[in-house]
Amino acid sequence: MELGWAAILLRIALRLWPVWLALALSFGAARAFRHRLGFLGRLLDSRTGMTGLALVLFWTFAALLAPLIVTHDPLAQLSGMRNAVPGTPLPDPQGGGYPHYLLGGDALARDVFSRMIAGARAVLAIAPAAALVAYMTGISLGLPAGYYRGRIDAGLTFAANLVIAFPGILLFFLLVTPEIRQTPIPRAMSAILFAIPLAFAAQLIRTRHVANRTRRRALLALTLALGVWAWSGLVLDADPLGLWRMPPNLLNIFIAVVFVSAPVVFRITRGLTLDLASRDYVAAARTRGETPAYIMLWEILPNARGPLIVDFCLRIGYITILLGALGFFGLGVSPESPDWGSTINQGRRLLTAYPHAALAPALALMSLVLGLNLLADGLREESLRD
Amino acid sequence: MALAALALTVIVFALTNLQPNLEKLARTQASTRMSDAEVASWLARNGYDRPMLIRYSEWLGVVPAWRGEDGTGGRCNTDPAPRFCGVLQGNWGWSTRFQGEVSAILGDRLAATGRLMFWVMLVMIPAALTLGILAGMREGSRIDRALSTVAITTTATPEYVSGVLLIALLASTQAGLSPLLTDLGLIDRPTLFLGNARSAATEPTFWNLALPVATIALAGMGYIARMTRASMAEVMAQPYIRTARLKGLPFRDIVLRHALRNALIAPFTVIMLQFPWLLNGVVITEVLFSYPGFGWTLVEAAGNNDIDLLLACSVVAVVLVLATQLISDLGYVWLNPRIRVR
Amino acid sequence: MPLLEIENLSISFQTRGLTIPAVTDFSLTIMPGEAMGLVGESGCGKSTVALGIMQDLGPAGRVTAGRVRFDARDLAALSPRDLRAIRGREIAMVYQEPMASLNPAMRVGAQLAEVPMTHEGTSRREALARARAMLADVHLPDPDRILRAYPHELSGGQQQRIVIAMALMSNPSLLILDEPTTALDVTVEAGIVDLLRELRRKHGTAMLFISHNLGLIRDTCDRLCVMYAGEAVETGTVAEVFTAMRHPYTQGLFRAIPRLAARRATEALVPIPGNAPLPQERPPGCNFGPRCPHVVPRRCDAQKIPMLPVAPPHASRCIRWDEIDWSARPPAGEIQPHAPSGETILRIEDLRKYYETGSGLFGPRAGAIVKANESLTFTVRQGETLAIVGESGCGKSTLAKLLVGLETATSGRILLDGHEVQHLPVEARPRAVVADLQMIFQNPADTLNPAISVGRQITRALEVFRQGASDADRRARTLDLLDLVQLPRAFAARLPRQLSGGQKQRVGIARAFASGARIVVADEPVSALDVSVQAAVTKLLTDMQRETGTTLIFISHDLALVRHLADRVMVMYLGHIVEIGPAEAVFSPPFHPYTEALLSAVPLPDPGAGQRRIVLEGDIPSATHPPPGCPFHTRCHRKAQVPGTLCETVLPPMQRFENGHAICCHLDRGILEGMAPVIAEPSSGQ
Repeated sequence: MELGWAAILLRIALRLWPVWLALALSFGAARAFRHRLGFLGRLLDSRTGMTGLALVLFWTFAALLAPLIVTHDPLAQLSGMRNAVPGTPLPDPQGGGYPHYLLGGDALARDVFSRMIAGARAVLAIAPAAALVAYMTGISLGLPAGYYRGRIDAGLTFAANLVIAFPGILLFFLLVTPEIRQTPIPRAMSAILFAIPLAFAAQLIRTRHVANRTRRRALLALTLALGVWAWSGLVLDADPLGLWRMPPNLLNIFIAVVFVSAPVVFRITRGLTLDLASRDYVAAARTRGETPAYIMLWEILPNARGPLIVDFCLRIGYITILLGALGFFGLGVSPESPDWGSTINQGRRLLTAYPHAALAPALALMSLVLGLNLLADGLREESLRD
Repeated sequence: MALAALALTVIVFALTNLQPNLEKLARTQASTRMSDAEVASWLARNGYDRPMLIRYSEWLGVVPAWRGEDGTGGRCNTDPAPRFCGVLQGNWGWSTRFQGEVSAILGDRLAATGRLMFWVMLVMIPAALTLGILAGMREGSRIDRALSTVAITTTATPEYVSGVLLIALLASTQAGLSPLLTDLGLIDRPTLFLGNARSAATEPTFWNLALPVATIALAGMGYIARMTRASMAEVMAQPYIRTARLKGLPFRDIVLRHALRNALIAPFTVIMLQFPWLLNGVVITEVLFSYPGFGWTLVEAAGNNDIDLLLACSVVAVVLVLATQLISDLGYVWLNPRIRVR
Repeated sequence: MPLLEIENLSISFQTRGLTIPAVTDFSLTIMPGEAMGLVGESGCGKSTVALGIMQDLGPAGRVTAGRVRFDARDLAALSPRDLRAIRGREIAMVYQEPMASLNPAMRVGAQLAEVPMTHEGTSRREALARARAMLADVHLPDPDRILRAYPHELSGGQQQRIVIAMALMSNPSLLILDEPTTALDVTVEAGIVDLLRELRRKHGTAMLFISHNLGLIRDTCDRLCVMYAGEAVETGTVAEVFTAMRHPYTQGLFRAIPRLAARRATEALVPIPGNAPLPQERPPGCNFGPRCPHVVPRRCDAQKIPMLPVAPPHASRCIRWDEIDWSARPPAGEIQPHAPSGETILRIEDLRKYYETGSGLFGPRAGAIVKANESLTFTVRQGETLAIVGESGCGKSTLAKLLVGLETATSGRILLDGHEVQHLPVEARPRAVVADLQMIFQNPADTLNPAISVGRQITRALEVFRQGASDADRRARTLDLLDLVQLPRAFAARLPRQLSGGQKQRVGIARAFASGARIVVADEPVSALDVSVQAAVTKLLTDMQRETGTTLIFISHDLALVRHLADRVMVMYLGHIVEIGPAEAVFSPPFHPYTEALLSAVPLPDPGAGQRRIVLEGDIPSATHPPPGCPFHTRCHRKAQVPGTLCETVLPPMQRFENGHAICCHLDRGILEGMAPVIAEPSSGQ
């Protein structure tokens, strides 16, 4: 029996119960401990921020709990379900599986609902991590550019503007291809990009502990050990435990996305640093003979955190959009990948006749990005009130 | 600026001329089932096996062009051919994908994109500025909240999503408004708008061009509107606005005479720097609506490793971006008397 | 009939669900043509009163009680249209920051002409003609050029004259001035004050003059009202309040102000203890109770204190005004003898600092060189306090940066214990040199890192200078330092934004002394603080200096403050030293003409103090194009006494007097020695 829209929505809502539970738990906890959360606690007062946070958490939990939510294997093609409209019952509901395609079937007779949930997983596995690495890179270059100014700044700014001036799509077509994976370029870039967070952490520790040498040595050794382990796994694919690894096509996407995002982060960090470096507390740090590295990391960076956190949320959103665009052009993703961009791309061929296959991932992507934007807006409002 | 353009072409040239890309080119041009040895000989025959720097210099036109052993092939296969024939001489090369002169192909496509962008700008900029000014005029008011929500939603919607939504809503025979309107007899076509804009390149009409224009404009609008709003709100909180208010000026005069010009300084730069982003949007939208413009050409060239066409596309894109940056700097000076050169 | 009548006005602001009372139960009347002063420290609500009169409190502000009547009309009851007709036409306002209150993208002429065009429907041409006449009235040279100029093309003093002209365009009957000279230098301020007095004589405009500066109020007003924590605490005629104050806060304020007329040896500053309460944390009863030396528990905090008449119009909000012995000297003020200055510790020889200024939009513009410091030569002795005085742009802050190594010298030498350090940026100096030369910064909001706890910031300084043997030891020393600067130990865990401005400056002082510095350079350490707090921080700084035997280089624009604490004074103008010598010698004749003008421009709060008035013409020239010859000749009032064009062409020599007193001037030695004192000592002060 084909389901009506009310029944479909009800069944989807029921199917998402683990998400609702997780949302309820986290908001309950946030409310209970709001006074200890400081700046995040005050976010609870902002309607914009709360809406954003709810949307973001919804998709985060959906991605985390996807195995509990999907109704069918996102790759399984069931006969007779090609382009099935939402709510179509399975022709052959045996084996105790879910009896309907809640949001219909796509052109290859796969379940759109399950692919949408699985797509959240594909997107959220990359976007925040890529944003983080882009941030580390952008900050590591932006701080010295803004602090030293002069020639370092001129060089780095020129390079950043070069990447920003480059039309992103063109860059993706050049950087994310099966051909480029045969060259050493992606691996070399990843070697550099993944080394930056490591160097960053090491500098943080080195500059902070000046008087207590034993502690400094212990912390440095620990960080380097952990960092080299992750680095060897991600870059050389040589992690003996197999915990850190990334398939070559994913690594390629990751590097490309970081490469186009980092210059923007660089520009923001540089601007903030230029402003903050003229403050008296920076001069005070200099007059007690602090090293530039300490001043950048411990005097300037903590005061730039407000705008950087806000932009971090936006950046995850942009990266989600970029990943979608990559999928939309079929770049770097395997054909059966459930990520939203490629699903939209596959769905658009039959868009005028069967819009549902493209609509579901489109709305999913939009709501996630909207959530991140609203969250950023809420954070900005709250941080401005101080 | 020239330096930036040069650096970018070097990068594009290097990336398109990576060995695997050349092998792919050979296979698409000659035969997909060539052996590795055949590929190597094809590349040698067509001059692709020489050092990259030399070939780049030829493309640029600072080194005499290469000729095949039989006197054909290479960049200049007209007879008699000039010795130097690179970009500096006005020769943009040959498109392997479309089998034609790059300059001719690109000229047509740029004109098509230009028409599209003209309408986008005409819709987007006034709408975004009005939205931003109305919202920022009274920060925190109901009108501000409503308009800001609209703006934030459009920024969160990339072109490939808004395009899909617009098509589903307005250009689908199955869903959205069109079936409803057809049933009511309000439209005589099967759909309200056309979801494919291929015909718009030759004879643009409201029917076939509205959706691509709306898609690009919507995506760009939110950002500009939010910048304008932030700038307007900031200006409205300035002491000189209080001065104007306490001079007894009516609200309309305060907004129009005192706030507007100062509030437009920041968004002006933003609008100009929006171009690289709009370019992305143009590419996606043109592909989505099969509109044979610059973006569509770029995707075709990139997909087929059409080196000359791709290089030309990147030069155009970079010049466009850098030119807008220059205009934005000049406009900033014009709007902001504080930094005007005395 | 009064022109303006404020009756029991209360204003509060709504933020985050909290109601914050800014002004409570405030009453005031102004008669036509009268000048009323409103005095108080920051946050006392004086600017809110002004905005309340203008009915411009913003969306968060609300009048919760009381009435404002202007010309017998209740302003709150007026329609927006009627209100607009009053604003700018009958009541006009002048603001603190002239640059910010002029529209940067509009020509001055258009901004001026707008007023009559809006209110009187005047044609543009006629309005511009009136604007031109008004510019002449406020003594601006070349009015035609100024009408066409944008605000940023004018100096601060000129901008403020334009804001005043704009306020007077429609000949209002009441002019509200909110700290109109606070952002200006003292010699420029003197010009504006003269202008205001002249305009009042000419137009008979009533004025409400808001200021934190008692001296300015004495110079400009007939009556005054002292505000504290949102309330009026004392009101009366200027003469009566200044000679027979009847509120402990007013008296405390007077005793905390450094006096130019007082000798350092005879009168110490008496700080008011504690801080003004936050608006939402005001104590019951008398707001000043917790800080008052005369407070009686269960009496002063029992009920709200009303305004009590002393001798109308004099009134005081002190329940014990007739019980207190107002003439009793304060118990504090013990003067320790100052240690004699020791050996030369720092020698500066022919020091110069030039900056190349900014690259413009179209590449760097050649030739723009700021001459911040020009051939400075002086010495500093162990344990002494050397004050460096001058107005903005005189190069005093640049000198401080050169000393501590934030900048390096263009030429010349800085010798610390005989070793050259001028070429070493602080990053390249040996750790011992860095520890020897520490600095205290001007802006309390900026001196501490907002992201790091107070204790951590002091501990870090100890770590960097390798003080203390272990982490625990350094923690203990951090707490000791907090004790030393009289802050509670609990502050170690606080973030700077939880501290008041004065408290932040105390942390800054603790941090500067943490290294065991031998020389501390203090760049305007108290100029951003309120008077009552200023005295306490100054006292702390001098006490710590005395205890540790540290040399203090104290940079300030406040001559009165300098007179209280300096052993020697150095006066700077446009990068040059114009006068240097022992404090007594610099503050008495012979003077450099600039020092003479500076002294005469300081508004004195002392009743009965006589002051020769010299108002300088024009503004301080730009340091990119310093005048040739004597840097001061463009404004000098004594240039006529020097024959020929000596001043315009030749840099004057240092003329030496006894005790190392030196003056850089072409004036004849006889003229210099024959100068009269600028300030006559008052016969007796409160």
